[in-house]
Amino acid sequence: MSSERVLRVPDAGLVLLVGVSGSGKSTTAARWFRPTQVVSSDACRAAVSDDENDLAATGDAFEVLNAIVGKRLQRRLLTVVDATNVQKDSRARLVRIAKEHDLPAAAIVLDVPEGTANRRNAERTDRDLPPRVVARQRRELRRDLKRMDREGFRRVHVLRGEEEIAAARVVPERSWNDKRDLTGPFDVIGDVHGCRAELEELLDVLGYGIERDAQGRAVGARHPEGRTAVFVGDLVDRGPDSPGVLRLAMGMVEAGDALCVSGNHEAKLVRALKGRNVKRSHGLAETLEQLDAEDEGFGARVLEFCDGLVSHYLLDGGRLVVAHAGLKESYHGRSSGRVRSFALYGDTSGETDEYGLPVRHDWAAEYRGRAAVVYGHVPTTEAEWVNNTLCLDTGCVFGGRLTALRYPERETVAVGAHATWYEPTRPLRPQAPAPGPAAPGVVEAPAPGAAVDTAHGRVRVPEANALAALEVMSRYAADPRWLLYLPPTMAPAPTSADPALLERPQEAFERYRSEGVDRVVCQEKHMGSRAVAVVCRDAGAAARRFVPGAPGAVYTRTGRPFFADPAAEKEVLEELRAGLTAAGAWERLGTDWVALDGEMLPWSAKAEGLIREQYAAVGAAARAALPAAAAALDRAAGRGLDLGGLPGRVAAAREDTEAFSAVYRRYTWPTEGAAGLRYAPFAVLAAEGAVFTGRDHLWHMRFTEALAEHCPLVRTTRYLVVDATDPDAVAGAVRWWEGLTAAGGEGMVVKPFAGAEAAGAKGLAQPGLKVRGPEYLRIVYGPGYLRPERLAGLRDRRLGRKSSLALREHRLGLEALARHARGEPLDRVHAPVFGVLALESEPVDPRL
Amino acid sequence: MLLTITARFRPATDLGYLLHKHPDRVQSFAQAHGTAHVFYPEAGPEACTAALLLEVDPDRLRRARPHAGAASFALASYVNDRPYAASSLMSVAIGDVFRTALKGRCDARPDLAAAALPLTLSLPAVPCRGGADEARALFEPLGWRVEAEPVPLDEGLPGWGDAHYIGLTLTGERRLSEALSHLYVLLPVMDGAKHYWVADDEVDKLLRNAGGWLAGHPERPRITSRYLARRRHLARQASARLDALGALEDLPEHEPPERPPEEEAREREPTLADRRAGAVLSALKAEGARTVLDLGCGAGALVRRLLDDAAFTRVAGADPSADAVAAAHRRLRTDRMSERESARLELFCASAVHRDPRLRGYDAAVLMEVVEHLDPWRLPALEHVVFGDAAPRTVVVTTPNAEYNVHYPGLAQGRMRHPDHRFEWTRAAFAAWAERVAAEHGYRVRLLPVGPEDTATGPPTQMGVFTR
Repeated sequence: MSSERVLRVPDAGLVLLVGVSGSGKSTTAARWFRPTQVVSSDACRAAVSDDENDLAATGDAFEVLNAIVGKRLQRRLLTVVDATNVQKDSRARLVRIAKEHDLPAAAIVLDVPEGTANRRNAERTDRDLPPRVVARQRRELRRDLKRMDREGFRRVHVLRGEEEIAAARVVPERSWNDKRDLTGPFDVIGDVHGCRAELEELLDVLGYGIERDAQGRAVGARHPEGRTAVFVGDLVDRGPDSPGVLRLAMGMVEAGDALCVSGNHEAKLVRALKGRNVKRSHGLAETLEQLDAEDEGFGARVLEFCDGLVSHYLLDGGRLVVAHAGLKESYHGRSSGRVRSFALYGDTSGETDEYGLPVRHDWAAEYRGRAAVVYGHVPTTEAEWVNNTLCLDTGCVFGGRLTALRYPERETVAVGAHATWYEPTRPLRPQAPAPGPAAPGVVEAPAPGAAVDTAHGRVRVPEANALAALEVMSRYAADPRWLLYLPPTMAPAPTSADPALLERPQEAFERYRSEGVDRVVCQEKHMGSRAVAVVCRDAGAAARRFVPGAPGAVYTRTGRPFFADPAAEKEVLEELRAGLTAAGAWERLGTDWVALDGEMLPWSAKAEGLIREQYAAVGAAARAALPAAAAALDRAAGRGLDLGGLPGRVAAAREDTEAFSAVYRRYTWPTEGAAGLRYAPFAVLAAEGAVFTGRDHLWHMRFTEALAEHCPLVRTTRYLVVDATDPDAVAGAVRWWEGLTAAGGEGMVVKPFAGAEAAGAKGLAQPGLKVRGPEYLRIVYGPGYLRPERLAGLRDRRLGRKSSLALREHRLGLEALARHARGEPLDRVHAPVFGVLALESEPVDPRL
Repeated sequence: MLLTITARFRPATDLGYLLHKHPDRVQSFAQAHGTAHVFYPEAGPEACTAALLLEVDPDRLRRARPHAGAASFALASYVNDRPYAASSLMSVAIGDVFRTALKGRCDARPDLAAAALPLTLSLPAVPCRGGADEARALFEPLGWRVEAEPVPLDEGLPGWGDAHYIGLTLTGERRLSEALSHLYVLLPVMDGAKHYWVADDEVDKLLRNAGGWLAGHPERPRITSRYLARRRHLARQASARLDALGALEDLPEHEPPERPPEEEAREREPTLADRRAGAVLSALKAEGARTVLDLGCGAGALVRRLLDDAAFTRVAGADPSADAVAAAHRRLRTDRMSERESARLELFCASAVHRDPRLRGYDAAVLMEVVEHLDPWRLPALEHVVFGDAAPRTVVVTTPNAEYNVHYPGLAQGRMRHPDHRFEWTRAAFAAWAERVAAEHGYRVRLLPVGPEDTATGPPTQMGVFTR
């Protein structure tokens, strides 16, 4: 009696403690489980009523309990319900919740004598529980005990008496499909269907050494580098040698060289081998004949193997899921009848098509999960990634190919069929629709308050900002299919230590140096309007990757079409396309489209209204008022009046406003459509299957220089590479900046030399810090801001918020580009882009 | 920021008595947003000129109203014309520095204060979007000869034309107090803006300073409305009090509000918005819809009418603008709505071009005057979301009929009824769109006129009722 008893419970699933009041459930639960794993009805009663014995609160308490249980199971957590659970109905309700979440349930019954329970209850001062209640509970429990294993529990443990309870130990066991600890590398192999020769050839190509028995039959295969093969199921039927395939696969699985999930054909074979009445169609008859020719005992071994196959595996920390017919995300790592039938047969509705084959819902088109799902089952002509899912069934038995996926390399390897072993019921066809929703440019409404997971951490998008962005996106933005990126905001350098300036280069260098970024590039800052240009080489590229029938798009930093006039946009795109062609960029980047990030000049092209209403108007008022004031003061001075410092101040204001007007005039020149425009790209964002955010800025600058030679529209950017730790180099860069700004330039941007993905000591570095010239800043801080008495009050600039915003937006931008390059569906690409726009609605100091 | 007042009576230096500022002294007066200086550029017996020079401190101005200025220009509190142009800041300075003169009191020269005197008032930069014409319309009825010089925008930007300022010189024979009161009231009227929050006491200020001349002024409605920052209840108050002063006869009641022509159209044809909503309601009822989603509900005018009709058991209003949804909550008074009524109502932010599960499950969806606010190339997304994804049994779409626009006299040829309209369809264009969308998504569509139908141009509004 005192021997230790091991109680196995699912490590992700539901455990019911069953026992009368006073049977010691709470005490025992505390011994076996962590406090957070236990959901107690008493605690819930207290939570809703302040009194854990308030029986009137029981209904509300169980609503809370059920909700907690549901949420925990949704998150795949071990959840223990500490309630009497003596009534069949209450157990059924909880088992139903587990089933809704496709997780197993177990029951642990604490069956203590009535006397023990009554004694314990009597010791409690807070509860007055009459013995007849316990007696009734015990009657109910005893009545159901025998049949409890038919209530839907995977296991029912019954512990009789206190001693057995004290001696028992709980062991959480992993679900069979949970192989997250296996990290591969893997070679996932598609539907073999008895094509033994092709399988042997494929394993050979993949680098496996095949082991053979005395008769020369393949009985195993091992990779010298310890790779693991994973069969997606449907090893058998239709092909010439199902037993041979089974022998090889079983050998590999038994030796630990392979994993195998069950296909629908294995499931049917199991039923046939168990003697059930099954229709011997779709090649089953041939398999059974072939098996009959095998040695005695082989059939039993096959039955045992196939019967033990799990329907899907969760691999590599949950990043890879293998299931025969695929699996939607909410079923990953779950087990239930419907999970198994999804994994085996796909998302079927019971209807059949004109060939009598089941109609399958295209779950992959809607898949948005993080895990890659690799599957087979549906023969297609080509193995193609769709929304992070890959179907490896390339119809070998129908004369197609046998395909494998190398993971994590994500390369496919295929061998051709040696013959058409079986005529397909219907012709093979390409994998269903291209990624993304069937409808053009429609994205899912972003979930409020959602966060975006990026390669550089999670970025939260506050709900209010998301709402503001929703309006902009739906009413003003360009077609979302073009929006593969939005540029982040840019923080200025920390405020200058020199009291006569707000910004100067030294602080930018210092800031990068302190973050461990020593090598930086200074780029001339063009004063225009930010413009992202997506340029397609031909109609095919636009139709395949973006919007059919358009040559590309130019959009602003808030995702709006840059040009109000589509003809001007077309002209600009045509010039860029011709330039890229002449510069040989398509070949060099191996692409038929490219996305550029740059500045469109002049400022007046986009901002004429602003210049007219806000800048030139101020200049006009000043030029009208100040000379008149000066003249009046002159005459008064002529009368001998003592005007103190007033005339001097008016004269200074005239100088300031003239200098102010000189700034915006410099960024203003006439344009007509594309005529007069200049485009200064400073980054090549992306091209087919590639992002260039990992390239250093020299690469990007040289790309632009090469393009500019062939494209008069394109303007190069002057730059200087600086070692921020070298005082001479820093001094040189300061002179360079002074030269730029003295000549009327806006200033410069200092960026980590290594490019947009450059990391410093604290992770991803600021993508750039702007250092604006003192004259330029007049159009930000006002005409007279440089007067010492004004400047002193302006130096207190809170940069933290702007810097943090820039970095968050930068993460989102990089993520959007990466998702686009991976061919992820529009919704997934759009989410980080939307995030950038949302964060841009955050109020920050507009002067920064 | 500069005002000069020149007097040409003998001895002209008596202007100093009237202004209570000695011609030989330079005086400075601290203002909330800077310093006002008074000095005399000339002080002879024939002519005497007083100058009021207002030195605005931009930092103080910004601290007082950090978010002033155009919402579209974030830097407005740093880059603005207030230090140079004569605006409400100048009015306040006049009211402060020349307070006694403005009241018409002069104990030293009471006869002068009561007399019409030859005066010239000069301001080099007055913001006035209405230009010289407006300045004349405002000042000539008050007895001034008006010279209004346009101010060029920027000689460095050839071809950019004139700025919205004028150099203003007023010459005439008026009492000094009147002259000052004219400027005090009309400077902010020309500018159309004030640097401070207009509260209820603004009506008192207006009456105090303009009571003597505003009642009979032909531009009274415009002056009242703009001076009171277009706050209509204040304008009504002021108007009633001016009427009570007993000095008016056949004056127009109110200045026509400055609104887009569509709104104007509604004013003139008050039944169009009603008729449109009525037409939508009857279409919904005819199709037996019980649950209705109003997409692009704005401030909830149609939602209100749907709620008022017990035939509709569930009413939802969705709009991509969070402000619109908040306005709908206010207008529908959801905070004091009965539980029974609020159980029938949902309001949320959603757009018709984003796939959204919340848009599914209604008998009918209404797109009332919505499609024309989307760029034409976004319509396929709307079609997918509404007809393909939400796919209610009934969809009602209304949109302007561009052909009818000739009946709006205020609307120039080829212009649209609302600045945000991206297009306006003719009847043929709407029919073509509606029929294609219906065919693609398995709907039948009926096209119906809304509003008074003209034989040549058809109705002002067209409606499509899609059913499947």
